[in-house]
Amino acid sequence: MKNQNIKFIQGNEACVEGALYAGLDFFAGYPITPSTEIAELLSYRLPQKGGKFIQMEDEIASMGAIIGASLTGSKVMTATSGPGFSLMQEALGYAIMTEIPCVIVNVQRGGPSTGIPTHVSQGDVYQARWGTHGDHAIVTITASNHQDVFQTTVDAFNISETYRTPVILLYDEVIGHMREQLVLPKQGELPLVERLRTSVREGVNYHPYLPREDGRLPMSDFGGVHRYNVTGLFHDMWGFPSDNPEVVHDLIRHLVDKIRNNVNQIARFKEYYLEDAKCILISYGSSARSARHVVEYLRPRGEKLGLLELQTLWPFPHDIVNEKCVNAKHVVVVEMNMGQILREVKRAVERPERVFIANRIDGVFITPKDIRDILRVIQGKGV
Amino acid sequence: MAIKGYIRERFFPHIWCPGCGHGIVLNSLLRAIEKLGMSKNEIVVVSGIGCSSRISGYVDFHTLHTIHGRALAFATGVKMSRPELNLIVPMGDGDALAIGGNHFIHSARRNIDMTAIVMNNRIYGMTGGQYSPLSGYGTLATTAPYTNIDYAFDTVELAKAAGASFVARSTTYHVQQLTKILKQAILHEGFSVVEVLSQCPTYFGRKNRKGTAADMMEFYKDNTTPVGSKAKKENPDLIERGVFVEKEMLEYCREYEKIIERAMKGRS
Amino acid sequence: MAKPKLKAHVIDREWCKGCGICVHFCPKDVLELDEEDKVIAARREDCICCKMCELRCPDLAIEIETE
Repeated sequence: MKNQNIKFIQGNEACVEGALYAGLDFFAGYPITPSTEIAELLSYRLPQKGGKFIQMEDEIASMGAIIGASLTGSKVMTATSGPGFSLMQEALGYAIMTEIPCVIVNVQRGGPSTGIPTHVSQGDVYQARWGTHGDHAIVTITASNHQDVFQTTVDAFNISETYRTPVILLYDEVIGHMREQLVLPKQGELPLVERLRTSVREGVNYHPYLPREDGRLPMSDFGGVHRYNVTGLFHDMWGFPSDNPEVVHDLIRHLVDKIRNNVNQIARFKEYYLEDAKCILISYGSSARSARHVVEYLRPRGEKLGLLELQTLWPFPHDIVNEKCVNAKHVVVVEMNMGQILREVKRAVERPERVFIANRIDGVFITPKDIRDILRVIQGKGV
Repeated sequence: MAIKGYIRERFFPHIWCPGCGHGIVLNSLLRAIEKLGMSKNEIVVVSGIGCSSRISGYVDFHTLHTIHGRALAFATGVKMSRPELNLIVPMGDGDALAIGGNHFIHSARRNIDMTAIVMNNRIYGMTGGQYSPLSGYGTLATTAPYTNIDYAFDTVELAKAAGASFVARSTTYHVQQLTKILKQAILHEGFSVVEVLSQCPTYFGRKNRKGTAADMMEFYKDNTTPVGSKAKKENPDLIERGVFVEKEMLEYCREYEKIIERAMKGRS
Repeated sequence: MAKPKLKAHVIDREWCKGCGICVHFCPKDVLELDEEDKVIAARREDCICCKMCELRCPDLAIEIETE
């Protein structure tokens, strides 16, 4: 009897399954390689559960639509890739400022510009962090296999609801398009965070932007009994524009600290053989698959090698990375760009001269052999 | 004044300049809503960025002050996820037809039920008087010091061509017609476009020596004519006002409900 | 239809910005701007309660109350 809950699917579909499991109600998107399958699948699956799908006229409109829908109480998502992600930045900043939960999937492809649309890269890491203008905080999560894609997608919805913030899922073309097994958890197996709604009764003053003691901000659905204003301008606790320096200072502090103070709660990572590792690979996304292969291959051959696979990229878990690497002779960041998480690791660890990079930037998936060759150079053994 | 029940009084007097037409648009809009007798909880006002778009702060509804040009996209998300809500989307001429042009034509094409109000003062007022897509050939502005060589859109023709199922134009002089048209537009089930010629005495008026706010409203009186009037035939330069398009067309959210029905039936 | 009888010109001097639109379009020349550029009903008895001032005021600063 075919076991219903095991699937052999693309990473893009694993993301769709995770979103539906988390309670996705509304998706707005625009076709772009390599994330289009997410839109296609959701156009079919969402209406089956009474949810809504719309293909908008561009990625800017897609972000606008999901923000509008989220305000009425829906759980929302959009999916894109580099070029579309660039177009989404202003509205992403709006969702940050107005603290509206939403999930944005960026299935990375080779950039910049049109780049190599059907090839892989992890070049948008810093765009995810600083793509939109002004000081701000952002949550960005990635995964290296379909079970983790499913889990991190559910996490993304939970984190966006908990902290009332956009969350970026930063996958890549290899994960997005390769097929792999996914074991579907039963409903209820994974904890879900539902929309926290205000308990303030009608006619009583509801402050949309006055955090509770626990820092959470209860929402009131548009169309409900509380009428309030939402604006991208700096605003007071009622949501009305204010350029009072104290209001501005407190709000930007709140927007940044609500994420920065929860780095460890938001941090997600996996570790392999770190306890006695002399050389630690740090990797994420599809690169971590090759990095893990290297560790599993060289460990039995006596190499004291370990892997720290990051899933939360932003807020970057500096303390965790530093602590895990304290005894390592070499730290090698494995990623498909010219050194983006490399910079963060160098900032995180003592004696950053120990930190190297093993990368590819030519659109070809980095292989275990690529990594091993570079490792030998780093360890002074030549090719 | 009954319409004061619909405003957030604590923010008055509002920020618009003395004689600005946008205040009159607010006045007429509130009277239209009052006549419709809608509950304040059913109305969502989604505006973009600019002088016109500050209107959302002054009205006691669910108000969403978005980013420049994108109000219609945000409104589409609100409307699709809660079709029972009434969406009113006031925008400036630049907001709706320059940076927002793409969303304007696609929202019209989809015929999604909302009311787009293009508060056309032929200038970017908030940023101090630059020309807009509706300023028109030969006008002066801070970015057209040698005169503007851009031809303007005809908002009504653009909306018609894009598929809007209700298209109308009025002016801040013809307040009774404007209120009536806004009422019709809000009631209309489909994408409604209402262009309002609204004077900007501070920038467009001063730069182009159009006199006082009242003079600019006199201009609207003397240079417009009801749709299809004889006068228009004799003097094609007259700007027509009134309802140009009012037709029943499949509305986007209603059509999507059918998609959901089909999807849910198909599965069971 | 009986002619509406004027009760009062309710004017909010705080909100009035002296733009002169009501003064200009009043068919009976009832209104004026005072020395502070605020509207006043100078010739109140001529008012025919057409409410053009109220409908055209950009600042919701004038209201015609009738019996």
